[in-house]
Amino acid sequence: MCRSMARKLTKREIQRKTREIYKAVGNTPQRMRSIANIKSAQFPYRAAHTPNGVTPLEQKTYLGSEYPTVWARRLPARTVRLLATELIAKPLMSYIASPKRTGYDRLEGLKRRQAVIFVANHHSHADTPLLLTSIPFQWRNRLIVGAAADYFFKSKLGGSLSALFIGAIPVERNKVSRESSDQIASLIKRGWSFMVFPEGGRSPDGWGQPFRAGAAYLSIKCNVPVIPIHLTGTGNILRKGKAWPKRSSTKVTFGAPIWPEEKENSRTYSKKIEQAVAELADEENNDWWVAQKRKHSGQTPTLQGPEMASWRKAWSLESNLEKSSNNKKHWPTI
Amino acid sequence: MPQNQRKHPRPGLVLDVDRTTPPILFHHGEGFRMEKLPAGRSRVLYPAEPLPGVSNPNASIRDALENPLGDSPPLSALLKSGMKLTIAFDDISLPLPPMRKPDIRQRIIEAVLDTAAASGVDDVHLIAALALHRRMTESELRHAVGDRVYDAFAPTGAIYNHDAEDPEGMTIIGTTPHGEEVQINKRAAESDLIVYVNINLVSMDGGWKSTATGLSGYTALRHHHNPQTMVESKSFMDQENSELHKSNWRQGKVLKESGIQVFQIETTVNNNTFGYDGPLAMLQKREWEWNFKDRISFLGMQAGLKRMSSTSKRKSFQGWHSPYEITSVQAGEVEAVHKMTTENVYKQHLVQVEGQTDILTMGLPYICPYNVNSVMNPILVACLGLGYFFNMYKGKPLVRKGGVVIMTHPTPWEFHPVHHPSYIDFFERVLSETTDPAVMSQKYEKSFAEDDWYRHLYRTSYAYHGVHPFYMWYWCAHALDHLSEVIIVGGNQEAVRRMGFRSATTLQDAFEIASDSVGFSPTITHYHSPPILMADVS
Repeated sequence: MCRSMARKLTKREIQRKTREIYKAVGNTPQRMRSIANIKSAQFPYRAAHTPNGVTPLEQKTYLGSEYPTVWARRLPARTVRLLATELIAKPLMSYIASPKRTGYDRLEGLKRRQAVIFVANHHSHADTPLLLTSIPFQWRNRLIVGAAADYFFKSKLGGSLSALFIGAIPVERNKVSRESSDQIASLIKRGWSFMVFPEGGRSPDGWGQPFRAGAAYLSIKCNVPVIPIHLTGTGNILRKGKAWPKRSSTKVTFGAPIWPEEKENSRTYSKKIEQAVAELADEENNDWWVAQKRKHSGQTPTLQGPEMASWRKAWSLESNLEKSSNNKKHWPTI
Repeated sequence: MPQNQRKHPRPGLVLDVDRTTPPILFHHGEGFRMEKLPAGRSRVLYPAEPLPGVSNPNASIRDALENPLGDSPPLSALLKSGMKLTIAFDDISLPLPPMRKPDIRQRIIEAVLDTAAASGVDDVHLIAALALHRRMTESELRHAVGDRVYDAFAPTGAIYNHDAEDPEGMTIIGTTPHGEEVQINKRAAESDLIVYVNINLVSMDGGWKSTATGLSGYTALRHHHNPQTMVESKSFMDQENSELHKSNWRQGKVLKESGIQVFQIETTVNNNTFGYDGPLAMLQKREWEWNFKDRISFLGMQAGLKRMSSTSKRKSFQGWHSPYEITSVQAGEVEAVHKMTTENVYKQHLVQVEGQTDILTMGLPYICPYNVNSVMNPILVACLGLGYFFNMYKGKPLVRKGGVVIMTHPTPWEFHPVHHPSYIDFFERVLSETTDPAVMSQKYEKSFAEDDWYRHLYRTSYAYHGVHPFYMWYWCAHALDHLSEVIIVGGNQEAVRRMGFRSATTLQDAFEIASDSVGFSPTITHYHSPPILMADVS
C-alpha cells in the first residue's frame, strides 16, 4: 500500500489532476481556458455588432455575379484544377459513376484550338465532375463552367472553391445580366471553351426542363459551335434533394457540333440545341437507327417528357419504378 | 465602402450606448484601451468622416491668391520690385500629427515666391511664427517649407525662427483701448507686406492670432494668455464667446491701423488623420465598422506596444505623418479670410449634441501641439485634456458645472530636458505649492518669464520659453473652474496627484471615485477623438 502511494504519477495523470484542481477552485489559468476564451471572445477579437439605431455601413461584397474569377484562369489555378480533375475527380467518378463515354468521333472534325460551347442536360451535382473528366483535354485545359451566381457564388468560400476546382464563372439565372454574358463572350473570343447546363438548374423531378437561350445567344454572338451532350444515370447518384451520393452507372454521349446559321434567331437555335440533346437521349434509350427514324419523322420524345400532370410524369418515370423493391407503385415525392 | 469612396461623407454621430454597444476605443498616450461604457446612460461622440479634399491643391492656391477675399487686391498686384516682403508661417505645432509631404505650407510658399519672383521682389525673409514655442530644427523647417525653399534661403540666413526675446528684433506697435500692448517681429513690422501662411486645424487658429500672437512676444502675449482671459473664454474655440479671440482682434486692429499690411492665406484640412487604409486606419473608424484587417492590425499593434520600450513607442508614433487632404484655401484680407475659414472648419468638425453630461470621458492621444518629436509630460497631458479637448465646444461645455472629467493617459513623470526645461522647474517648484492658475500667475509667472537661463535656452537651444508651462496651466483654467473633479486613468499616481487630480487604475474605479461628486448613476459622454470633433451643445 505504501508502495502504491509513493508511485510517481505519469505526465498525463498530473495534467488531469491539475485540471481537476483548477476546475474545483475555479481558477483555471489562461492557457487552459483558451477554448472557453475563444467562445466568449468579444470585440476586437470578433467583429462588433452594429449598435441599435445606427445605419449599418454599406458593404460591397463582390459576391454573386460580381465575384471576381480572373485569378482562377491563371496558370497556378489551372494547374491545381487539372491535377484535382486527374487525381481526385477522375478516380472518384470511375468509382461512383462507372461512366461509359461515347460520341468522341463526332468531335474529330473540329480544329484543335476551336472554342466550343458544351451544353448538357442536368440532373445532378455529379454532372459537372463527370463532364469535366469526360471532355477531351484539348478543351478541358481552357474551359470555363457557367455556374449559378445565386447558388455557387453566394459565399466567398463557395465561390473560391467553385472557381478553383471547376473553373466556374457566375451566371445570373434569375435576371437578365449583360455583364456576365459579355464577360463570357469575351473569354470565348479569346479561345476559352464554355460549358453550361441550359436548363438553369438540376431537374426537380427527373425529367428535363426547357433550355434557356443563353448558350444559343453566345454561340451566335461568338460564332462558335455548340456540342450537345446527353447524360444518363447521374440522377441516381446525387439528384436534387439528396445530400449523399450513391453509386450508379452513367453514360455520357457527345453529339455532333451544331454551328449557328446566318442571322440565326437565338430562340429557334436554342430549340434546335434542345432537340439535339433529346435525340441523343433517344439514341441512348433505344438505338441510333430508331432515334434517326424518329428524328426525321418528328417523333423524338422531348426531354421534358409527355405532357401530363406532374405527378403522373413522376409516376411514370422509369427510375421511380426501379427504386421500388417489391415493384409496387408508391406515391412519389415531388 | 471605404471612407474615401463615399460620395457623401457621414457627419458626426452621437451614439447612445446600450448592451449591444461594443467596447469603445480610448487613446491612452502611446497605446490604447478598450472600455465598456455603462448602458442606458452613456453616449459616445464620433467625429465626422473626412470631407473630400480639393482635387488640385496647387490650382486652388493660385486661384485663392489671384481672387482674394475682402478688400484686398490680388497678391500679384501687391508685390512690387524693390519692396520688403516677409513670409511668416505656422510652426511645428500645426497640423497634428505633422502632415505628409508635401506640406501645405510648402505648396503655398512656393506659389507666393513664384509670384514674387515674377514681380521682381528681391528682399524676402521667411519666418517661422512660433511666438514662445521652441525653435524648429533644420529638418522640421525643411519638412514645412520643402527642400527647394530651404536650400534657396538658408545660405543667406533669410529663413529663420522668430525670436521673441531678441531686443533688437522686436518692436512695440501700440496699445489697444484695453491697455494691451502690441508687439511684433521688427522685420515683419518694417516690411511692405507680410504674407502669413496658416494651417487652420481647429477654429481657434488663424485670423489675427496668426500675426498678433505668432510674431509676438511675452510683452503682448501676457495680456491674453492669463487665467482671467482663459476663464472668461467659453470656449476659446468659439470665437464669439472667446475673450482670447477678442483680445487678439483688438491687437490686430492696432496692427492694421499702424499701416502694417497683411495678406493672410488660410487653409483647412480634413479629418483624414490616420489614413483610409493604412496600419492606423481603424483609429478613424467606428468600432462596429472595423473589418478583419482592422481588428488584426489593432491586436497586433497592441501586442507589439506591450513589448516595446516607451522610447521606441514614442519614436514609432511620432514618426506617423497624416495624409491630410486640403479642403479649402482662402487668401486676402485677414477678417474676411478667417470668417470663411472658420465656416470650413466647422463643416468638418461640428457635431450637434443635446444637453450636458455629468461625466465627460476622453482618451488622450500621444500628441499635443507642444510635444511634436518630444515627450508628453504631465503638464501637457493636463493641457491637452482640460485645455484643448474640454474646450472643443460651442454653446455650453459638454459636461455640466460641477461635473467630472475622466481622462486616460499614462501621464509619465517624464520631461524632455531640451524642449521643456522650464516645465521641470514649474512641476517641481510651482505645482508642488499651488495648482491655482491665478495664484501662480501672480507669484511665479514673472520670474519664469524673465529668467535669463530660460531666455538663453529659448533663443539658442530648442527650448520652450520659460513662461510656457504657465500658459499651459492657464489653458486648463476654464476647466478647473468648471469641474469638481479631474480623474486620470492609468496615470503615474504621483504625477497625477502633483497636479491636484485623482488617479484611478481602471475606468470602473474612476466612475466609483466620481460618484462622490456626481452620484451613483451619472450620465456619461465619451469624446471619441482624434480625429477632431467640436461639440455644438444645445
